[in-house]
Amino acid sequence: MSVQAVAAPGTARSRLWVGPGCALLIILALLAIAVMAPLIAPYSPETQNLLGRLKPPGFASRGRVYWLGSDELGRDLLSRLVWGARVSLLVATASVLLSAVVGTILGMLAGYRRGTVEVVLMRIVDVFLSIPAILFAIILVAVLGPGLTNVVVVLALTRWPRHARVAYAQTLAVSVQPYVRLARFMGAGTVRVLVLHVLPNILGALVVVMTLEFGQMVLFEAGLSFLGLGVQPPTPSWGAMLSTGRDYVSTAWWIATFPGLCLFVLVLAANILGDALRDRLDPEQRRG
Amino acid sequence: MKRFLVRRFGQAVVTIFGVLTLVFFLQRLTGDPVYLLLPDAATQEDIDALRHALGLDRPLAVQYFSFIADFVRLDLGRSVAQKLPVTTILASRIPFTLALAGGALLVAGGLGLTIGALLGAFHRHRLALPLGWFVVAAQSMPTFWSGILLILVFAVGLGWLPPSSSGGPEHLIMPALALGLFSLANFARVTRNSVVEELSRQYVRTARARGVPPRRILLRHVARNAAIPVITVAGLEISNLLAGAVIVETVFAWPGLGQLTMQSILARDFPIVQGVVLLGACVTVILNLAADILYSVVDPRIRLQVAR
Repeated sequence: MSVQAVAAPGTARSRLWVGPGCALLIILALLAIAVMAPLIAPYSPETQNLLGRLKPPGFASRGRVYWLGSDELGRDLLSRLVWGARVSLLVATASVLLSAVVGTILGMLAGYRRGTVEVVLMRIVDVFLSIPAILFAIILVAVLGPGLTNVVVVLALTRWPRHARVAYAQTLAVSVQPYVRLARFMGAGTVRVLVLHVLPNILGALVVVMTLEFGQMVLFEAGLSFLGLGVQPPTPSWGAMLSTGRDYVSTAWWIATFPGLCLFVLVLAANILGDALRDRLDPEQRRG
Repeated sequence: MKRFLVRRFGQAVVTIFGVLTLVFFLQRLTGDPVYLLLPDAATQEDIDALRHALGLDRPLAVQYFSFIADFVRLDLGRSVAQKLPVTTILASRIPFTLALAGGALLVAGGLGLTIGALLGAFHRHRLALPLGWFVVAAQSMPTFWSGILLILVFAVGLGWLPPSSSGGPEHLIMPALALGLFSLANFARVTRNSVVEELSRQYVRTARARGVPPRRILLRHVARNAAIPVITVAGLEISNLLAGAVIVETVFAWPGLGQLTMQSILARDFPIVQGVVLLGACVTVILNLAADILYSVVDPRIRLQVAR
Protein backbone atom coordinates (compact mmCIF):
# COMPACT_ATOMS: atom_id res chain seq x y z
CA MET A 1 0.00 0.00 0.00
CA SER A 2 2.70 2.49 0.96
CA VAL A 3 4.84 1.66 -2.11
CA GLN A 4 1.94 2.54 -4.41
CA ALA A 5 1.28 5.69 -2.48
CA VAL A 6 4.77 6.97 -3.20
CA ALA A 7 4.69 6.10 -6.90
CA ALA A 8 1.27 7.54 -7.71
CA PRO A 9 1.43 11.37 -8.08
CA GLY A 10 3.32 11.86 -11.36
CA THR A 11 1.19 9.51 -13.40
CA ALA A 12 -2.13 10.32 -11.82
CA ARG A 13 -1.97 14.10 -12.13
CA SER A 14 -2.92 14.48 -15.81
CA ARG A 15 -5.83 12.09 -15.39
CA LEU A 16 -7.05 13.95 -12.33
CA TRP A 17 -7.57 17.10 -14.37
CA VAL A 18 -10.02 15.54 -16.82
CA GLY A 19 -12.93 16.02 -14.40
CA PRO A 20 -12.30 19.70 -13.57
CA GLY A 21 -11.59 20.39 -17.26
CA CYS A 22 -14.98 19.01 -18.24
CA ALA A 23 -16.56 20.96 -15.38
CA LEU A 24 -15.07 24.20 -16.66
CA LEU A 25 -16.28 23.41 -20.19
CA ILE A 26 -19.80 22.77 -18.91
CA ILE A 27 -19.90 26.08 -17.04
CA LEU A 28 -18.56 27.96 -20.09
CA ALA A 29 -21.09 26.21 -22.34
CA LEU A 30 -23.97 27.14 -20.05
CA LEU A 31 -22.63 30.68 -19.93
CA ALA A 32 -22.63 30.81 -23.72
CA ILE A 33 -26.17 29.45 -23.82
CA ALA A 34 -27.27 32.08 -21.33
CA VAL A 35 -25.65 34.93 -23.27
CA MET A 36 -27.05 33.77 -26.60
CA ALA A 37 -30.46 32.74 -25.25
CA PRO A 38 -32.47 34.72 -27.85
CA LEU A 39 -30.56 32.99 -30.66
CA ILE A 40 -30.66 29.49 -29.22
CA ALA A 41 -34.16 29.21 -27.79
CA PRO A 42 -36.46 27.81 -30.48
CA TYR A 43 -39.45 29.88 -29.32
CA SER A 44 -40.25 32.71 -26.95
CA PRO A 45 -40.22 31.49 -23.35
CA GLU A 46 -43.43 33.35 -22.58
CA THR A 47 -45.64 32.49 -25.57
CA GLN A 48 -48.56 30.44 -24.35
CA ASN A 49 -50.40 27.78 -26.31
CA LEU A 50 -53.50 26.71 -24.49
CA LEU A 51 -54.10 23.81 -26.89
CA GLY A 52 -50.62 22.47 -26.25
CA ARG A 53 -50.63 22.39 -22.46
CA LEU A 54 -48.72 19.71 -20.50
CA LYS A 55 -47.63 17.91 -23.65
CA PRO A 56 -44.82 15.33 -23.42
CA PRO A 57 -41.38 15.77 -25.04
CA GLY A 58 -41.40 15.54 -28.85
CA PHE A 59 -45.01 16.72 -29.17
CA ALA A 60 -45.87 18.85 -32.21
CA SER A 61 -48.66 21.43 -32.22
CA ARG A 62 -49.46 24.40 -34.47
CA GLY A 63 -46.33 23.88 -36.49
CA ARG A 64 -44.08 23.83 -33.42
CA VAL A 65 -42.16 20.94 -31.97
CA TYR A 66 -41.83 20.80 -28.19
CA TRP A 67 -38.57 18.86 -27.87
CA LEU A 68 -38.73 18.73 -24.09
CA GLY A 69 -42.51 19.05 -23.78
CA SER A 70 -44.60 21.99 -22.63
CA ASP A 71 -45.70 23.36 -19.26
CA GLU A 72 -49.12 24.06 -17.77
CA LEU A 73 -49.61 27.13 -20.01
CA GLY A 74 -48.35 25.43 -23.18
CA ARG A 75 -44.99 27.22 -23.09
CA ASP A 76 -42.02 25.48 -24.65
CA LEU A 77 -39.95 23.89 -21.87
CA LEU A 78 -36.69 23.92 -23.83
CA SER A 79 -36.97 27.65 -24.52
CA ARG A 80 -37.73 28.33 -20.87
CA LEU A 81 -34.73 26.26 -19.80
CA VAL A 82 -32.44 28.24 -22.11
CA TRP A 83 -33.74 31.56 -20.78
CA GLY A 84 -33.70 30.20 -17.23
CA ALA A 85 -29.93 29.70 -17.54
CA ARG A 86 -29.69 33.50 -17.73
CA VAL A 87 -31.38 34.02 -14.39
CA SER A 88 -29.41 31.28 -12.65
CA LEU A 89 -26.01 32.40 -13.89
CA LEU A 90 -26.70 36.11 -13.59
CA VAL A 91 -27.92 35.90 -10.00
CA ALA A 92 -25.18 33.48 -8.95
CA THR A 93 -22.38 35.51 -10.57
CA ALA A 94 -23.61 38.87 -9.28
CA SER A 95 -24.21 37.65 -5.73
CA VAL A 96 -20.88 35.81 -5.52
CA LEU A 97 -19.02 38.92 -6.71
CA LEU A 98 -20.91 41.22 -4.36
CA SER A 99 -20.47 38.98 -1.32
CA ALA A 100 -16.82 38.32 -2.19
CA VAL A 101 -16.01 42.03 -2.44
CA VAL A 102 -17.78 42.91 0.82
CA GLY A 103 -16.48 39.83 2.65
CA THR A 104 -12.91 40.21 1.45
CA ILE A 105 -12.66 43.89 2.36
CA LEU A 106 -14.05 43.36 5.86
CA GLY A 107 -12.12 40.12 6.40
CA MET A 108 -8.81 41.70 5.33
CA LEU A 109 -9.42 44.73 7.54
CA ALA A 110 -10.14 42.49 10.53
CA GLY A 111 -7.05 40.41 9.89
CA TYR A 112 -4.73 43.35 9.31
CA ARG A 113 -5.89 45.97 11.80
CA ARG A 114 -6.53 43.51 14.65
CA GLY A 115 -7.64 44.99 17.99
CA THR A 116 -11.18 46.33 18.29
CA VAL A 117 -11.82 46.23 14.53
CA GLU A 118 -11.01 42.53 14.54
CA VAL A 119 -13.18 41.67 17.55
CA VAL A 120 -16.20 43.65 16.36
CA LEU A 121 -16.06 42.47 12.73
CA MET A 122 -15.53 38.82 13.56
CA ARG A 123 -18.35 38.87 16.15
CA ILE A 124 -20.62 40.27 13.43
CA VAL A 125 -19.49 37.46 11.15
CA ASP A 126 -20.39 34.96 13.89
CA VAL A 127 -23.83 36.51 14.24
CA PHE A 128 -24.53 36.27 10.51
CA LEU A 129 -23.23 32.71 10.33
CA SER A 130 -25.34 31.55 13.24
CA ILE A 131 -28.57 32.25 11.38
CA PRO A 132 -29.14 29.29 9.04
CA ALA A 133 -28.58 30.70 5.54
CA ILE A 134 -31.87 29.71 3.95
CA LEU A 135 -33.87 31.05 6.93
CA PHE A 136 -31.95 34.31 6.83
CA ALA A 137 -32.56 34.62 3.10
CA ILE A 138 -36.26 33.94 3.64
CA ILE A 139 -36.69 36.59 6.34
CA LEU A 140 -34.74 39.10 4.22
CA VAL A 141 -36.94 38.47 1.20
CA ALA A 142 -39.98 38.79 3.46
CA VAL A 143 -38.74 42.25 4.47
CA LEU A 144 -37.29 43.48 1.17
CA GLY A 145 -39.71 41.76 -1.20
CA PRO A 146 -38.88 39.35 -4.05
CA GLY A 147 -37.41 40.22 -7.46
CA LEU A 148 -34.12 39.79 -9.32
CA THR A 149 -32.12 42.64 -7.72
CA ASN A 150 -33.39 41.91 -4.23
CA VAL A 151 -32.45 38.24 -4.55
CA VAL A 152 -28.88 39.24 -5.43
CA VAL A 153 -28.71 41.61 -2.45
CA VAL A 154 -30.25 39.02 -0.13
CA LEU A 155 -27.84 36.27 -1.20
CA ALA A 156 -24.85 38.59 -0.86
CA LEU A 157 -26.01 39.68 2.62
CA THR A 158 -26.46 36.05 3.61
CA ARG A 159 -23.16 34.69 2.34
CA TRP A 160 -20.53 37.45 2.72
CA PRO A 161 -19.34 36.07 6.10
CA ARG A 162 -18.00 32.94 4.36
CA HIS A 163 -15.63 35.08 2.30
CA ALA A 164 -14.83 37.26 5.31
CA ARG A 165 -13.76 34.25 7.37
CA VAL A 166 -11.35 33.00 4.74
CA ALA A 167 -9.98 36.47 3.93
CA TYR A 168 -9.49 37.06 7.66
CA ALA A 169 -7.64 33.81 8.32
CA GLN A 170 -5.44 34.25 5.25
CA THR A 171 -4.65 37.89 6.02
CA LEU A 172 -3.66 36.95 9.57
CA ALA A 173 -1.15 34.50 8.16
CA VAL A 174 0.22 36.83 5.48
CA SER A 175 0.43 39.93 7.70
CA VAL A 176 3.32 38.54 9.74
CA GLN A 177 5.41 37.89 6.64
CA PRO A 178 8.57 40.04 6.37
CA TYR A 179 7.51 41.73 3.12
CA VAL A 180 4.27 42.98 4.65
CA ARG A 181 6.05 44.23 7.76
CA LEU A 182 8.63 45.93 5.61
CA ALA A 183 6.00 47.65 3.48
CA ARG A 184 4.35 48.88 6.64
CA PHE A 185 7.66 50.03 8.05
CA MET A 186 8.38 51.95 4.84
CA GLY A 187 5.24 53.96 5.52
CA ALA A 188 2.68 52.29 3.27
CA GLY A 189 -0.91 52.94 4.37
CA THR A 190 -3.46 50.25 5.16
CA VAL A 191 -5.10 50.37 1.74
CA ARG A 192 -1.80 50.17 -0.10
CA VAL A 193 -0.51 47.25 1.97
CA LEU A 194 -3.76 45.34 1.67
CA VAL A 195 -4.22 45.84 -2.06
CA LEU A 196 -0.62 45.50 -3.23
CA HIS A 197 0.89 43.09 -0.74
CA VAL A 198 -1.81 41.08 0.99
CA LEU A 199 -4.49 40.63 -1.66
CA PRO A 200 -2.29 39.03 -4.35
CA ASN A 201 -1.11 36.47 -1.82
CA ILE A 202 -4.51 35.42 -0.56
CA LEU A 203 -6.22 35.44 -3.96
CA GLY A 204 -5.86 31.68 -4.41
CA ALA A 205 -7.87 30.85 -1.31
CA LEU A 206 -10.48 33.48 -2.22
CA VAL A 207 -10.96 32.04 -5.71
CA VAL A 208 -11.55 28.60 -4.20
CA VAL A 209 -14.27 29.95 -1.92
CA MET A 210 -15.83 31.91 -4.78
CA THR A 211 -16.05 28.83 -6.98
CA LEU A 212 -17.61 26.70 -4.25
CA GLU A 213 -19.95 29.53 -3.28
CA PHE A 214 -21.02 29.89 -6.92
CA GLY A 215 -22.62 26.44 -6.77
CA GLN A 216 -24.24 27.31 -3.45
CA MET A 217 -25.65 30.55 -4.85
CA VAL A 218 -27.18 28.70 -7.80
CA LEU A 219 -28.87 26.38 -5.30
CA PHE A 220 -30.04 29.26 -3.10
CA GLU A 221 -31.51 31.20 -6.02
CA ALA A 222 -33.31 28.08 -7.23
CA GLY A 223 -34.47 27.32 -3.69
CA LEU A 224 -35.89 30.81 -3.19
CA SER A 225 -37.58 30.72 -6.59
CA PHE A 226 -38.92 27.26 -5.78
CA LEU A 227 -40.50 28.70 -2.64
CA GLY A 228 -41.93 31.58 -4.71
CA LEU A 229 -39.63 34.13 -3.07
CA GLY A 230 -37.12 34.53 -5.86
CA VAL A 231 -37.44 35.79 -9.41
CA GLN A 232 -41.11 36.40 -10.14
CA PRO A 233 -43.15 34.93 -13.02
CA PRO A 234 -43.35 35.06 -15.98
CA THR A 235 -39.51 35.33 -15.99
CA PRO A 236 -38.31 31.76 -16.46
CA SER A 237 -36.24 30.43 -13.56
CA TRP A 238 -35.23 26.81 -13.03
CA GLY A 239 -36.32 26.86 -9.40
CA ALA A 240 -39.77 28.23 -10.21
CA MET A 241 -40.15 25.68 -13.01
CA LEU A 242 -39.41 22.92 -10.50
CA SER A 243 -42.13 24.31 -8.27
CA THR A 244 -44.64 24.02 -11.15
CA GLY A 245 -43.31 20.54 -11.82
CA ARG A 246 -44.03 19.60 -8.21
CA ASP A 247 -47.69 20.47 -8.74
CA TYR A 248 -47.96 18.35 -11.88
CA VAL A 249 -45.71 15.54 -10.71
CA SER A 250 -48.28 12.79 -11.29
CA THR A 251 -49.24 13.87 -14.82
CA ALA A 252 -46.24 15.63 -16.39
CA TRP A 253 -42.88 14.25 -15.21
CA TRP A 254 -40.87 16.34 -17.66
CA ILE A 255 -41.67 19.75 -16.15
CA ALA A 256 -39.69 19.03 -12.98
CA THR A 257 -37.13 16.61 -14.37
CA PHE A 258 -35.37 18.83 -16.92
CA PRO A 259 -34.89 22.05 -14.91
CA GLY A 260 -33.62 19.91 -12.03
CA LEU A 261 -31.17 18.21 -14.34
CA CYS A 262 -29.84 21.60 -15.51
CA LEU A 263 -29.41 22.75 -11.92
CA PHE A 264 -27.72 19.51 -10.97
CA VAL A 265 -25.23 19.69 -13.86
CA LEU A 266 -24.36 23.33 -13.19
CA VAL A 267 -23.88 22.86 -9.44
CA LEU A 268 -21.97 19.63 -9.96
CA ALA A 269 -19.61 21.38 -12.37
CA ALA A 270 -19.03 24.23 -9.90
CA ASN A 271 -18.41 21.79 -7.04
CA ILE A 272 -15.96 19.65 -9.03
CA LEU A 273 -14.08 22.73 -10.19
CA GLY A 274 -14.05 24.19 -6.69
CA ASP A 275 -12.80 20.94 -5.13
CA ALA A 276 -10.03 20.64 -7.71
CA LEU A 277 -8.97 24.27 -7.21
CA ARG A 278 -8.97 23.78 -3.45
CA ASP A 279 -6.67 20.77 -3.70
CA ARG A 280 -4.44 22.59 -6.15
CA LEU A 281 -4.25 26.18 -4.90
CA ASP A 282 -4.58 25.76 -1.25
CA PRO A 283 -3.85 22.37 0.23
CA GLU A 284 -3.85 23.47 3.87
CA GLN A 285 -7.24 25.10 3.58
CA ARG A 286 -9.08 21.81 2.92
CA ARG A 287 -11.93 22.56 5.20
CA GLY A 288 -14.09 19.71 6.32
CA MET B 1 -11.24 23.93 31.49
CA LYS B 2 -13.40 26.25 33.55
CA ARG B 3 -11.86 29.29 31.89
CA PHE B 4 -12.49 27.81 28.47
CA LEU B 5 -16.13 27.05 29.30
CA VAL B 6 -16.80 30.54 30.63
CA ARG B 7 -15.18 32.17 27.63
CA ARG B 8 -16.95 29.99 25.07
CA PHE B 9 -20.28 30.41 26.85
CA GLY B 10 -19.84 34.18 26.89
CA GLN B 11 -19.21 34.13 23.14
CA ALA B 12 -22.43 32.20 22.59
CA VAL B 13 -24.45 34.72 24.61
CA VAL B 14 -22.93 37.64 22.70
CA THR B 15 -23.76 35.94 19.40
CA ILE B 16 -27.40 35.36 20.35
CA PHE B 17 -27.63 38.97 21.50
CA GLY B 18 -26.25 40.01 18.11
CA VAL B 19 -28.82 37.91 16.30
CA LEU B 20 -31.61 39.54 18.31
CA THR B 21 -30.29 42.99 17.47
CA LEU B 22 -29.99 42.10 13.80
CA VAL B 23 -33.52 40.73 13.59
CA PHE B 24 -34.95 43.69 15.49
CA PHE B 25 -33.42 46.24 13.16
CA LEU B 26 -34.17 44.15 10.10
CA GLN B 27 -37.86 44.55 10.83
CA ARG B 28 -37.45 48.30 10.91
CA LEU B 29 -35.32 48.36 7.79
CA THR B 30 -38.28 49.07 5.56
CA GLY B 31 -39.59 51.71 7.93
CA ASP B 32 -42.56 50.52 9.91
CA PRO B 33 -43.06 46.82 10.68
CA VAL B 34 -46.82 47.43 10.77
CA TYR B 35 -46.79 47.35 6.97
CA LEU B 36 -45.30 43.86 7.10
CA LEU B 37 -48.19 42.71 9.22
CA LEU B 38 -51.20 44.27 7.53
CA PRO B 39 -52.78 43.61 4.15
CA ASP B 40 -52.38 46.35 1.54
CA ALA B 41 -56.01 47.42 1.91
CA ALA B 42 -55.66 48.37 5.61
CA THR B 43 -57.01 51.79 6.60
CA GLN B 44 -55.09 54.40 8.57
CA GLU B 45 -57.12 53.57 11.70
CA ASP B 46 -56.16 49.89 11.41
CA ILE B 47 -52.54 50.89 11.12
CA ASP B 48 -52.67 53.19 14.13
CA ALA B 49 -54.56 50.63 16.21
CA LEU B 50 -52.08 47.86 15.46
CA ARG B 51 -49.15 50.19 16.01
CA HIS B 52 -50.46 51.03 19.46
CA ALA B 53 -51.36 47.41 20.28
CA LEU B 54 -47.84 46.25 19.44
CA GLY B 55 -46.26 49.13 21.32
CA LEU B 56 -44.68 50.46 18.14
CA ASP B 57 -45.58 54.05 19.06
CA ARG B 58 -43.00 53.90 21.86
CA PRO B 59 -39.41 55.18 21.42
CA LEU B 60 -37.12 52.81 19.53
CA ALA B 61 -34.82 52.16 22.49
CA VAL B 62 -37.77 51.17 24.70
CA GLN B 63 -39.04 48.82 22.02
CA TYR B 64 -35.60 47.28 21.64
CA PHE B 65 -35.15 46.55 25.32
CA SER B 66 -38.65 45.17 25.72
CA PHE B 67 -37.97 42.94 22.67
CA ILE B 68 -34.84 41.58 24.37
CA ALA B 69 -36.62 41.21 27.70
CA ASP B 70 -39.50 39.31 26.06
CA PHE B 71 -37.04 36.99 24.39
CA VAL B 72 -35.31 36.23 27.68
CA ARG B 73 -38.73 35.35 29.11
CA LEU B 74 -39.24 33.08 26.06
CA ASP B 75 -42.04 35.31 24.84
CA LEU B 76 -41.79 35.63 21.06
CA GLY B 77 -44.98 37.63 20.64
CA ARG B 78 -48.30 36.62 19.15
CA SER B 79 -49.21 35.33 15.74
CA VAL B 80 -51.14 37.96 13.78
CA ALA B 81 -53.26 35.46 11.87
CA GLN B 82 -53.85 32.79 14.51
CA LYS B 83 -53.97 35.04 17.62
CA LEU B 84 -51.89 32.50 19.56
CA PRO B 85 -48.50 32.89 21.23
CA VAL B 86 -45.73 32.20 18.70
CA THR B 87 -44.07 29.76 21.11
CA THR B 88 -47.24 27.62 21.24
CA ILE B 89 -47.46 27.47 17.46
CA LEU B 90 -43.76 26.67 17.09
CA ALA B 91 -43.99 23.94 19.74
CA SER B 92 -46.78 22.21 17.83
CA ARG B 93 -44.60 21.99 14.70
CA ILE B 94 -41.22 21.17 16.22
CA PRO B 95 -41.79 17.39 16.61
CA PHE B 96 -42.39 17.04 12.86
CA THR B 97 -39.24 18.91 11.89
CA LEU B 98 -37.24 17.00 14.51
CA ALA B 99 -38.49 13.70 13.10
CA LEU B 100 -37.54 14.77 9.58
CA ALA B 101 -34.11 16.08 10.63
CA GLY B 102 -33.53 12.95 12.71
CA GLY B 103 -34.33 10.67 9.80
CA ALA B 104 -32.13 12.75 7.53
CA LEU B 105 -29.31 12.65 10.08
CA LEU B 106 -29.58 8.87 10.12
CA VAL B 107 -29.20 8.82 6.33
CA ALA B 108 -26.47 11.48 6.15
CA GLY B 109 -24.51 10.28 9.17
CA GLY B 110 -24.88 6.56 8.47
CA LEU B 111 -24.04 6.74 4.78
CA GLY B 112 -21.59 9.62 5.13
CA LEU B 113 -19.50 8.06 7.88
CA THR B 114 -19.42 4.67 6.16
CA ILE B 115 -18.45 6.10 2.77
CA GLY B 116 -15.94 8.49 4.35
CA ALA B 117 -14.29 5.72 6.36
CA LEU B 118 -14.09 3.47 3.29
CA LEU B 119 -12.67 6.29 1.18
CA GLY B 120 -10.10 7.07 3.85
CA ALA B 121 -9.02 3.51 4.55
CA PHE B 122 -8.89 2.44 0.90
CA HIS B 123 -8.14 5.71 -0.87
CA ARG B 124 -5.99 3.94 -3.46
CA HIS B 125 -8.66 1.36 -4.30
CA ARG B 126 -10.15 1.59 -7.78
CA LEU B 127 -13.65 1.89 -6.34
CA ALA B 128 -12.61 5.01 -4.42
CA LEU B 129 -13.04 7.26 -7.46
CA PRO B 130 -16.65 6.33 -8.30
CA LEU B 131 -17.52 6.48 -4.62
CA GLY B 132 -16.01 9.97 -4.43
CA TRP B 133 -18.07 10.96 -7.47
CA PHE B 134 -21.19 9.73 -5.76
CA VAL B 135 -20.46 12.02 -2.81
CA VAL B 136 -19.97 15.09 -5.03
CA ALA B 137 -23.08 14.23 -7.04
CA ALA B 138 -25.20 13.83 -3.90
CA GLN B 139 -23.98 17.22 -2.70
CA SER B 140 -24.91 18.88 -5.99
CA MET B 141 -28.47 17.59 -6.05
CA PRO B 142 -30.94 20.20 -4.85
CA THR B 143 -33.29 18.60 -2.32
CA PHE B 144 -36.30 19.96 -4.17
CA TRP B 145 -35.22 18.04 -7.25
CA SER B 146 -34.21 14.76 -5.61
CA GLY B 147 -37.43 14.96 -3.61
CA ILE B 148 -39.54 15.28 -6.76
CA LEU B 149 -37.58 12.48 -8.47
CA LEU B 150 -38.22 10.23 -5.46
CA ILE B 151 -41.94 11.05 -5.68
CA LEU B 152 -41.88 10.31 -9.42
CA VAL B 153 -40.24 6.92 -8.97
CA PHE B 154 -41.55 5.56 -5.69
CA ALA B 155 -44.97 7.19 -5.42
CA VAL B 156 -46.16 7.88 -8.98
CA GLY B 157 -44.27 5.10 -10.80
CA LEU B 158 -44.01 2.18 -8.40
CA GLY B 159 -46.70 3.24 -5.95
CA TRP B 160 -44.70 1.94 -2.97
CA LEU B 161 -44.73 5.09 -0.86
CA PRO B 162 -47.25 7.88 -0.22
CA PRO B 163 -46.35 10.98 -2.27
CA SER B 164 -46.69 13.57 0.49
CA SER B 165 -48.13 14.83 3.81
CA SER B 166 -47.64 13.18 7.17
CA GLY B 167 -48.81 9.95 8.74
CA GLY B 168 -46.96 6.73 9.53
CA PRO B 169 -43.22 6.19 9.28
CA GLU B 170 -43.55 5.41 5.56
CA HIS B 171 -44.34 9.09 4.99
CA LEU B 172 -40.96 10.00 6.42
CA ILE B 173 -38.79 7.81 4.17
CA MET B 174 -38.63 10.01 1.07
CA PRO B 175 -38.23 13.40 2.78
CA ALA B 176 -35.50 12.03 5.04
CA LEU B 177 -33.73 10.48 2.07
CA ALA B 178 -33.87 13.68 0.00
CA LEU B 179 -32.57 15.82 2.86
CA GLY B 180 -30.02 13.26 4.07
CA LEU B 181 -28.42 12.60 0.69
CA PHE B 182 -27.71 16.29 0.24
CA SER B 183 -25.93 16.49 3.60
CA LEU B 184 -23.89 13.31 3.54
CA ALA B 185 -21.03 14.92 1.61
CA ASN B 186 -19.65 16.86 4.57
CA PHE B 187 -19.72 13.82 6.83
CA ALA B 188 -17.99 11.74 4.17
CA ARG B 189 -15.35 14.35 3.41
CA VAL B 190 -14.36 15.07 6.99
CA THR B 191 -14.31 11.39 7.91
CA ARG B 192 -12.17 10.61 4.87
CA ASN B 193 -9.62 13.35 5.53
CA SER B 194 -9.48 12.52 9.19
CA VAL B 195 -8.93 8.79 8.58
CA VAL B 196 -6.23 9.51 5.96
CA GLU B 197 -4.48 11.83 8.40
CA GLU B 198 -4.62 9.38 11.29
CA LEU B 199 -3.35 6.54 9.09
CA SER B 200 -0.17 8.51 8.40
CA ARG B 201 0.65 8.85 12.11
CA GLN B 202 3.50 7.19 13.96
CA TYR B 203 1.30 5.03 16.15
CA VAL B 204 -0.20 3.37 13.10
CA ARG B 205 3.24 2.56 11.75
CA THR B 206 4.27 1.20 15.13
CA ALA B 207 1.18 -0.97 15.35
CA ARG B 208 1.79 -2.24 11.83
CA ALA B 209 5.41 -3.03 12.63
CA ARG B 210 4.31 -4.97 15.66
CA GLY B 211 2.13 -7.09 13.41
CA VAL B 212 -1.27 -5.86 14.52
CA PRO B 213 -3.82 -6.92 11.87
CA PRO B 214 -4.89 -4.00 9.60
CA ARG B 215 -8.55 -4.42 10.48
CA ARG B 216 -7.75 -4.07 14.15
CA ILE B 217 -5.61 -0.97 13.52
CA LEU B 218 -8.51 0.66 11.67
CA LEU B 219 -11.29 -0.22 14.05
CA ARG B 220 -9.42 0.05 17.34
CA HIS B 221 -6.84 2.77 16.90
CA VAL B 222 -7.70 4.94 13.93
CA ALA B 223 -11.48 5.06 14.36
CA ARG B 224 -11.26 6.57 17.85
CA ASN B 225 -8.88 9.35 16.89
CA ALA B 226 -10.54 10.05 13.57
CA ALA B 227 -13.88 10.56 15.31
CA ILE B 228 -12.80 13.88 16.85
CA PRO B 229 -13.21 16.23 13.86
CA VAL B 230 -16.42 14.47 12.92
CA ILE B 231 -18.02 15.77 16.13
CA THR B 232 -17.69 19.38 14.97
CA VAL B 233 -19.15 18.61 11.59
CA ALA B 234 -22.07 16.80 13.16
CA GLY B 235 -22.96 19.93 15.13
CA LEU B 236 -22.85 22.12 12.03
CA GLU B 237 -24.71 19.63 9.88
CA ILE B 238 -27.59 19.20 12.31
CA SER B 239 -28.38 22.90 12.09
CA ASN B 240 -28.01 22.69 8.29
CA LEU B 241 -30.50 19.83 8.27
CA LEU B 242 -33.00 21.85 10.29
CA ALA B 243 -32.69 24.75 7.84
CA GLY B 244 -32.80 22.45 4.81
CA ALA B 245 -36.06 21.11 6.17
CA VAL B 246 -37.78 24.34 5.08
CA ILE B 247 -37.54 23.38 1.41
CA VAL B 248 -38.00 19.63 1.82
CA GLU B 249 -41.14 20.17 3.89
CA THR B 250 -42.56 22.30 1.09
CA VAL B 251 -41.89 19.53 -1.45
CA PHE B 252 -43.55 16.84 0.65
CA ALA B 253 -46.21 18.96 2.41
CA TRP B 254 -44.67 17.85 5.71
CA PRO B 255 -46.30 19.88 8.53
CA GLY B 256 -43.14 21.04 10.30
CA LEU B 257 -41.49 24.40 10.93
CA GLY B 258 -40.59 24.86 7.26
CA GLN B 259 -44.14 24.58 6.05
CA LEU B 260 -45.19 26.88 8.88
CA THR B 261 -42.62 29.46 7.76
CA MET B 262 -43.87 29.45 4.18
CA GLN B 263 -47.53 29.65 5.25
CA SER B 264 -46.65 32.54 7.57
CA ILE B 265 -44.87 34.45 4.82
CA LEU B 266 -47.88 34.13 2.54
CA ALA B 267 -50.18 35.17 5.39
CA ARG B 268 -47.86 38.07 6.32
CA ASP B 269 -47.55 36.59 9.79
CA PHE B 270 -44.18 38.14 10.50
CA PRO B 271 -43.90 37.25 14.24
CA ILE B 272 -43.89 33.56 13.34
CA VAL B 273 -41.24 33.97 10.62
CA GLN B 274 -39.15 35.90 13.12
CA GLY B 275 -39.72 33.20 15.73
CA VAL B 276 -38.51 30.47 13.39
CA VAL B 277 -35.39 32.47 12.50
CA LEU B 278 -34.57 33.13 16.17
CA LEU B 279 -35.14 29.46 16.99
CA GLY B 280 -32.88 28.39 14.11
CA ALA B 281 -30.13 30.75 15.24
CA CYS B 282 -30.35 29.62 18.87
CA VAL B 283 -30.20 25.96 17.88
CA THR B 284 -27.14 26.66 15.73
CA VAL B 285 -25.36 28.55 18.50
CA ILE B 286 -26.16 25.87 21.09
CA LEU B 287 -25.07 23.02 18.80
CA ASN B 288 -21.79 24.77 18.01
CA LEU B 289 -21.22 25.35 21.70
CA ALA B 290 -21.97 21.72 22.49
CA ALA B 291 -19.64 20.54 19.72
CA ASP B 292 -16.84 22.76 21.00
CA ILE B 293 -17.26 21.56 24.57
CA LEU B 294 -17.41 17.92 23.51
CA TYR B 295 -14.40 18.48 21.30
CA SER B 296 -12.38 19.95 24.15
CA VAL B 297 -13.36 17.09 26.44
CA VAL B 298 -12.14 14.56 23.90
CA ASP B 299 -9.04 16.49 22.89
CA PRO B 300 -7.37 18.48 25.71
CA ARG B 301 -5.08 20.30 23.24
CA ILE B 302 -8.00 22.44 22.07
CA ARG B 303 -8.93 23.96 25.40
CA LEU B 304 -5.29 24.73 26.14
CA GLN B 305 -5.08 26.65 22.89
CA VAL B 306 -8.16 28.74 23.55
CA ALA B 307 -7.38 29.41 27.20
CA ARG B 308 -3.95 30.78 26.39
